[in-house]
Amino acid sequence: MSSTLSNSAQTPETGTARVKRGMAEQLKGGVIMDVVNAEQAKIAEDAGAVAVMALERVPADIRKDGGVARMSDPDMIEGIIEAVSIPVMAKSRIGHFVEAQVLQSLGVDYIDESEVLTPADEVNHSDKWAFTTPFVCGATNLGEALRRIAEGAAMIRSKGEAGTGNVVEAVRHLRQIKNEIARLRGYDNNELYAAAKDLRAPYELVQEVAELGKLPVVLFSAGGVATPADAALMRQLGAEGVFVGSGIFKSGDPAKRAAAIVKATTFYDDPKIIADASRNLGEAMVGINCDTLPEAERYANRGW
Amino acid sequence: MYDTPVVGVLALQGDVQEHLIALAEADALARPVRRPEELAEVDGLIIPGGESTTISKLAVLFGVMEPLRARVRAGLPVYGTCAGMIMLADKILDPRSGQETVGGIDMIVRRNAFGRQNESFEAAIDVKGVAGDPVEGVFIRAPWVESVGAEAEVLAEHAGHIVAVRQGNALATSFHPELTGDHRVHSLFVDMVRAHMARAVGADRTAESL
Repeated sequence: MSSTLSNSAQTPETGTARVKRGMAEQLKGGVIMDVVNAEQAKIAEDAGAVAVMALERVPADIRKDGGVARMSDPDMIEGIIEAVSIPVMAKSRIGHFVEAQVLQSLGVDYIDESEVLTPADEVNHSDKWAFTTPFVCGATNLGEALRRIAEGAAMIRSKGEAGTGNVVEAVRHLRQIKNEIARLRGYDNNELYAAAKDLRAPYELVQEVAELGKLPVVLFSAGGVATPADAALMRQLGAEGVFVGSGIFKSGDPAKRAAAIVKATTFYDDPKIIADASRNLGEAMVGINCDTLPEAERYANRGW
Repeated sequence: MYDTPVVGVLALQGDVQEHLIALAEADALARPVRRPEELAEVDGLIIPGGESTTISKLAVLFGVMEPLRARVRAGLPVYGTCAGMIMLADKILDPRSGQETVGGIDMIVRRNAFGRQNESFEAAIDVKGVAGDPVEGVFIRAPWVESVGAEAEVLAEHAGHIVAVRQGNALATSFHPELTGDHRVHSLFVDMVRAHMARAVGADRTAESL
């Protein structure tokens, strides 16, 4: 890690772990919204989004359309970068480090190595230390989160099940990560080595988590958040912010719903404000029951 | 001699927790502030890093903006980092439509002036009023100050650009001391809060003796 500043650092140093992780710290308490064009990006920004995720199709449409889902068109990403002043994220396929190189060259602020796109490598994820642009990655459990951090991820999001409008998997994954961290807290030093083996994660990271009682990077929640109460639920369960994908622009009144989710994310512990934010939002996205979803269509299973 | 200062961190969005920790280490009682009634109870306030457009919108929406402006005008010590610096500027060079600031420092800031995330950097910064080694400046999509008015004092520059300013009880930095574990800038601010409290107590005593 190159996070420490040498005494002679008169020349500025870019791409350090501290500026990568620090960028995610600035997003905390906020909502990151999926958008597919400049117009949606502006709606998201006006609603108070802390960042937008530029992609060609929201996960609900990727599900519907099928086929291979890839990195978005550079023109479309640049159009969104031009349209807003908030940070812009974009997705690369798992293990597709060339897509990530392209996204870095476009100047996106964060790269999401995402299971929502079709994986390009079924063994390896991208080496994220090799980039100046920071990465966020999905995780369903602590071991997966720590493997991504070991590869250089500067932010983690619990995966949930994108494009379903159903928060059940988001809850499952966030609870799993939090429970495993809590368990580590109770281990003595002798037990941490075996824990690292079980988690299939580097011992140093396991020890760091046991000591901190949290991940060493920011933890958001994603995949199925569709209402203000969903967002507040994830915050109360310990997420430091939320990604909302299909939930906003697949609903009846995106601008209103986006603003409502932002309010509920900030005042996640105030049921009165969440109630007010939940009034008259129009139709929510229809949603999918995850227990009827075939294994092969579960994006959360992608990632190794 | 005086009570421990209670210093709030505006907790609408951003890296609130890091400021709370830094304040505690600088011997202040730190607490998050989201509501007007919480604002009324603090002796000083930090506006953290985050997204300035989001913080500004939420501050207006939840009725914090006006009381905050009133308290800053009345001399409440405030410190803004990054997005917080933008919030304390009397003028933004390139505001998003409808983006409001608290104001308090006669300066013009340029948002994201040092560039996008790929240009975010660390550099050693000499800050006037902070003794010892330079502070580790962590600049993340950081703003800089284009120009300051006569009342504002420039505390630090980087690459020819103003990155730290003080005017009266208001302090602002483009960079994030809260991310470094070095609490000297927070101590400088807590000292400003203490000095303000001492002056207020002094003024009360003078008033009583009249």
